[in-house]
Amino acid sequence: MILLEATLAGLVLGGMYALVALGLNLQYGVARIMNLAYGEGVIVAAFAAWWLYTAGGINPIFGLALILPAAFAVNWLIYRLALTPLVRRAKLREQLEVDSILATFGLLFVVQGLMLVAFGGAYYSYGFLSVPVVIADVTIAANRLLALGFALVLGLALYLALTRTRIGTAVRAVAVDPVAAGLVAIDVRQVAAASFALGGALVAAGGVLVSMFLTFNANIGVVFTMKALIVVIMGGVGNLLGCLVAGLILGLTETFVATWVDPGLTLAATYAIFLAILLVRPQGLFGRAAR
Amino acid sequence: MRRGAVIVAIAALALGLLAFVPWIADGYQLSLAIGILNYAVLATAWTLFSGPTRYVSLATVAFFGIGAYTVAVLGEVLAWPVVLLIALGTGSVVALVVGFATLRLSGVYFVIFTFGLAELIRQVVTWFEVNVTRTLGRYVFVDISQEQIYWQLLGLTALVFGAGYAIRRSRLGLALRVIGDDEVVARHLGIGTTAAKVALFTFSAGFMTLCGAIMAPRWTYIDPAIAFNPVVSFQVLIMALLGGAHRLYGPLLGVIPLTLLFEFLLARFPNHFSILIGLAFMAIVYAIPRGITGLVEQASARLRRGAAP
Repeated sequence: MILLEATLAGLVLGGMYALVALGLNLQYGVARIMNLAYGEGVIVAAFAAWWLYTAGGINPIFGLALILPAAFAVNWLIYRLALTPLVRRAKLREQLEVDSILATFGLLFVVQGLMLVAFGGAYYSYGFLSVPVVIADVTIAANRLLALGFALVLGLALYLALTRTRIGTAVRAVAVDPVAAGLVAIDVRQVAAASFALGGALVAAGGVLVSMFLTFNANIGVVFTMKALIVVIMGGVGNLLGCLVAGLILGLTETFVATWVDPGLTLAATYAIFLAILLVRPQGLFGRAAR
Repeated sequence: MRRGAVIVAIAALALGLLAFVPWIADGYQLSLAIGILNYAVLATAWTLFSGPTRYVSLATVAFFGIGAYTVAVLGEVLAWPVVLLIALGTGSVVALVVGFATLRLSGVYFVIFTFGLAELIRQVVTWFEVNVTRTLGRYVFVDISQEQIYWQLLGLTALVFGAGYAIRRSRLGLALRVIGDDEVVARHLGIGTTAAKVALFTFSAGFMTLCGAIMAPRWTYIDPAIAFNPVVSFQVLIMALLGGAHRLYGPLLGVIPLTLLFEFLLARFPNHFSILIGLAFMAIVYAIPRGITGLVEQASARLRRGAAP
């Protein structure tokens, strides 16, 4: 009984992690930007959804329709204004990696500082659709099911867009080899900017969905960044299916540890998984070996 | 060889003069001097590893906090040198584990691992304190004055610089510079890259841990949130990069102005502090990626080219 309940809660959480990590996979796998400010997107979007709901009475699902395009635009601007100079400057991929880590580490503190000034360190939440639903003797809040449903829809839409459309194929080509992609007349810069922005939109979606059922404050963005990074590595960089599986594994592990061991040890459990992956399969569960 | 002797003599003289600071300075100036030495040790220790290898470590405060927390737990029970040794041992073991897990792989795994390390240790310590010892937050009652902290830090600064100087001249230092330039080449030359990286990372972490242990008596009260404050890692990174991580003395050029600047900012704009240092850091990354020492070297190279056409 508890097992079923924990499994369902773990799947919901894991679905969120997978969605958030999908966006990071686009930013890192395609645009080659290692974005340490990534998790701040979760928090900004969560606060935006909270504000729309409490001040404007707009429910988070409609909020999603407003926040997603806004997040896409903001992230596109960030890439164009802040990250393009670094892309131009970097001669090697490693150099861009280091520079983007440093620049986004600075950005992390700026965004976090702005959030702290605006909202303080207190925890926020709002009650949207928190009615119990009973599925096969297990009770779960409707907002969690809705969040999981939306995460699945968004993930599936991304998968189809990447595998079935021309633009999606171009994105995958840039992920595999930016230089060769340029040779076959793909505008690598545009594709990279669009992928970065799309990644930002996905993390915002994750933030809105998470805000429906979790409490959040201005400081927890870092934890989401960390988890998204671990999921991306565990699934293998550039591997969407791996991302989904790894996200679910992480969500289930955390929920099980929180249920049967201690809620204070969830991050330790996450790190234990990370350590195991690094020691046994650093290329990820489904990644190909690469040096 | 003669140039080396001159450098050593100047350093020794500076050190001798600095030892007199506690007798001239008032309380505020002394605490400022302690702040500068603290960051000088941390930023230089950071550079020991991250300078030559170009592996960005974001875990400075993890080791600093381990040192500080060891003092909080054992400071009253054991003699001071024993406490320092235990702190050093704990920090080194953690660094070894982290190093062996991540430094076999490419740099990005290391960055990610160190990014969350302080938060992980903070949560585990919090959990342990709440569930096992049932005391979250400890008072540090150690009979050590501000002056003694200053002298210990000054000694540690001397050690860090001495060690850095010695490493640069050793086979290990050369190996690390090759790794930083091209790791594949380094492996083909027969350098045991993982062992070299892990050794230096542990060494650098040891200094950070000791620094945290020495600084701990400055707070009378320590809890995990104070000991593992992520802003410390961030400040160390900014200072080292502003000064220039490719020279041993580089971080020092960043530490002095930035410690003063941060002191001013923290007093004037306590609520906007993290926004301001975030912006300052981004400015440094964009405008002076090789730091002050890089700027100076560039300028002097240009002058020399201008003088000899």
